[in-house]
Amino acid sequence: MLPVSIDLAALNMATLMPTLILVIGALALVCIDLFVPNLKRSFYTIVSVLIILIATGTTLGLNSGERGFFDMMLMDGIAIVSGLIILITSALFIPLAMSSKRFHEFAMGEFYGLFLFMIAGFLFMVSTDNLILIFIGLETASLALYTIIAMHNRLKAIEAAIKYFTMGALAAGFYVFSMLIFYALTGSIEISTIVNVLYERQFDPLIGVLGACVFMLAALGFKLSIIPFHTWTPDVYEGTNAALAGYMSIVPKIAGFVVAMRLFEMLVQSGVTWLEDILFFAVILTMTLANLMALVQTDVKRMLAFSSVSHAGFVLAAILIGSTQANVGFFLYWILFMFTNLGAFTMLWITRNKQNLWDQRFQHPFSKFSGMVKVAPIAATIMGVFMFSLAGIPPFSVFWGKLFLMSAAVNEGFIGLALVMAINSAIAVYYYMKLVVYMFLKDPVSKDGSIYASNATTPLKSIIGFALFVTLVAVVFVSPLIDFIAHHVVASGF
Amino acid sequence: MDHILSLIIFFPAFAGLLGFVVHKDSAKAYAITVAAIEFFLTLWLWVGFDTSHGGMQFVEFAPLVESFGVSYYLGVDGISLFLVMLSTFMTLIALIGLSIKEDVKNLVISVLFLEMTMVGVFLSLDVVLFYLFWEMSLLPMLYIIGAWGSGERVYAAVKFFLYTFFGSVFMLVGILVMAYLYFQQTGVWSFALPDWYAMSLPLNVQMWLFGAFFLGFAIKVPMVPFHTWLPYAHGQAPTIGSVILAAVLLKMGTYGFVRFSLPLFPDASATFMIPIAIVAIIMVIYTAMIAYAQEDMKQVIAYSSISHMGIIILGTFALNAEGITGSIFLMISHGIVSGALFMLVGVIYERRHTKLMSEFGGLASVMPGFATIFGIMLMGSVGLPLTIGFVGEFLALMGFFKVSILLTALAGSGIILGAIYMLTLYKRSFFGVVTNEANKNLIDLNKRELTALVPLVILVVLLGVYPKPILGPIDMSVKKMISLMEYKASEPDTKDMLRRVNTIQEVR
Repeated sequence: MLPVSIDLAALNMATLMPTLILVIGALALVCIDLFVPNLKRSFYTIVSVLIILIATGTTLGLNSGERGFFDMMLMDGIAIVSGLIILITSALFIPLAMSSKRFHEFAMGEFYGLFLFMIAGFLFMVSTDNLILIFIGLETASLALYTIIAMHNRLKAIEAAIKYFTMGALAAGFYVFSMLIFYALTGSIEISTIVNVLYERQFDPLIGVLGACVFMLAALGFKLSIIPFHTWTPDVYEGTNAALAGYMSIVPKIAGFVVAMRLFEMLVQSGVTWLEDILFFAVILTMTLANLMALVQTDVKRMLAFSSVSHAGFVLAAILIGSTQANVGFFLYWILFMFTNLGAFTMLWITRNKQNLWDQRFQHPFSKFSGMVKVAPIAATIMGVFMFSLAGIPPFSVFWGKLFLMSAAVNEGFIGLALVMAINSAIAVYYYMKLVVYMFLKDPVSKDGSIYASNATTPLKSIIGFALFVTLVAVVFVSPLIDFIAHHVVASGF
Repeated sequence: MDHILSLIIFFPAFAGLLGFVVHKDSAKAYAITVAAIEFFLTLWLWVGFDTSHGGMQFVEFAPLVESFGVSYYLGVDGISLFLVMLSTFMTLIALIGLSIKEDVKNLVISVLFLEMTMVGVFLSLDVVLFYLFWEMSLLPMLYIIGAWGSGERVYAAVKFFLYTFFGSVFMLVGILVMAYLYFQQTGVWSFALPDWYAMSLPLNVQMWLFGAFFLGFAIKVPMVPFHTWLPYAHGQAPTIGSVILAAVLLKMGTYGFVRFSLPLFPDASATFMIPIAIVAIIMVIYTAMIAYAQEDMKQVIAYSSISHMGIIILGTFALNAEGITGSIFLMISHGIVSGALFMLVGVIYERRHTKLMSEFGGLASVMPGFATIFGIMLMGSVGLPLTIGFVGEFLALMGFFKVSILLTALAGSGIILGAIYMLTLYKRSFFGVVTNEANKNLIDLNKRELTALVPLVILVVLLGVYPKPILGPIDMSVKKMISLMEYKASEPDTKDMLRRVNTIQEVR
């Protein structure tokens, strides 16, 4: 047996730095918790933010297209862009722990450790094209996330965690199955090699490729909550706290999308029509059905859950379209959506009360916001702006993402798809408008506006202010953002 | 006067933002002051406007999303100048006539934001910018109808919103397709309207795009069968909402036809000329009949609005200078007259809290001032010669006369129907003896109402007698547009038709 000798420089540790920092930081936080009891949550929060910021810095420092660690890590343009989205969203999310009401999970040091592990897992997912490393990242992140949800320590939260866990386990099974078939077909677990071999063999045997793709689509479908794999989404969002629900509607999805992008875009381009058809129907169904279901919700959080499913369907179209403009549009959309959606969920978060004041089951029924403009005009206006933005009304942020993505669809000849996207925007307006109607047009339920800010603190307000600012003046930095994303996406060949 | 257009667009919005700190007791006075300044700004624009050429003036350009061709591109010509003035003028008048006391601060701030979006729609030369203002105009109106309306206000507001939004998303797809076609032809992304004007398209592409834009505009106008939101919205809206809705918001749709549909898709416009004219005539006659059957005064005026919008559409699709100039003039005159009528209905509603004609009768003897002004506005509405309504209606019909005598005759019969329902309304409410006890002691117009209404009366008569200052610049720009259409038309049939309908030159 030959001795293994590895040159440290060949490992190119820089590609591993962001994830490594997060993992070490997480371990350190857990150890600190062990030795120094009774540390306040503000300590953990700020230390987590700092760790995330350092990881962000190292990500920014990477050159596009670097490989490392036996070619397992692939830091190409989309890995950097999606990594930045994940890290920035996380840095904005974690201060939401500093709410004025005390919640069980935020008091525990483990929460922050798990949270950092989760980010590391997602980063692994986006920065590799090795199916096994993707799987490890996926499971690291998911296991941490299940636990975080359950730590909310309400009956609903436990239910949500178990539901999510069961579905996640099923998805993991699907994923492994798909990986197995791909390996059996091609003898490789690297996405680029798999695709090359498949092209060489002209997709023979077709049934094998079909099986592998369907399993993969199902596995990612669970993570991305694509219809018909979306059933867990509203229940899990309902069970978790609003802040975490907002986080879950953004970060796990972008990780899944990047994997889907790496695998499916190449396959869709192959001219295998059934794959295109499957994706086409997945996109249309996800957008439309989720919208229709959102129409009939009586709880704002569930409505936002379904709406986020619909948004996921909207950007999934980017993978179907597959042009550079579509991929740029995808990231643009998701960044703009991130700020708005985080803002909207944070608004729910600051109205959080310990008791269910308005409804037996729901924390945020529509009737809770009735006449809010009369008692809390500023909060109502801010919430209104977020709703308008989510509905895609110009000039607020999400509109520009919609415009760009629909334009990509038109340019590649998907006029029908663009029309479906447009009609869905019109349907979506109705349920977003429903909240606005409650807030602005109905009579108030109480004279006291402070119930809408019962969970508010300065950090939370600053985050809302930041999200609002981005939502309002999006038009100013859409142009540089497009340039930045396009630079990275083109560099990685998408 | 370099950035006057930006100033005109954003001044009301900025003032509206600052309005949050003004005390609510002074909110109305504040809003009137702002609206008056805004109106004087547009007057200043008119003074500075060079009436001797029909192109875009005071152009402002700055790239907004450079890699995607979206820009901040403003300009004004004879067509948009008077619509901008109408917007600012009617906002001022509506604010003067405002009598709502509850949450008045929120209301006036919404009106000021609405003013920004209206002016923005008329001044934008970039299509995305246009779309942006177009959509934003829905938000304040939703709030105004839904929060200060009566009866089923929330239903009416949401219906208004959904209808117009639904139409405009199709327009958005059309805009994107158009931008892509431009990109294909030139290799550059641009959403600037003058750039698009320079592009010729094959007929079948034009037809589809025309359809996409048509949906957006037709719902806004509203054309039959997309009109059902309008009577609802008017029925429940507060007076100020109805005035602005009828006077300005509906004109956005017809303005869209003139600014976008005709010059961008000349062949499709020529192809669809007769079908659209038939829809317009159905609009004129059908809604006139419905108006006759109404019991509620406000509904009569709402349906009469749709009827008049039909004449505007008809004039626009005559595709000649008389027709289009006439329809633009009619937009302005209808804005003034219908605004005034809605305000008058608001006056009587405030006193009696009912709008049913059966509740009234003999009002002329109790409220002579009110009856006089109502009478003058009514004459303007039915298009009596020497009132403002006559000029536009006459020109629009004369324009279409060159296309088809039969269709023009049918549309003309709509005017007769208009006279019938309006005069019936007048007869039932104003003439006869006072039968209802509650009407015996009604107070005539007060100072506030007179201040709002008298300028409108003056305009109705003045512009009816001497419309030239307005017709001149409009005509200049319209002719420029028609020559552009003729130049761009890719089908020989279209060129022939445009020449044919434009041969007998305009009547001065």
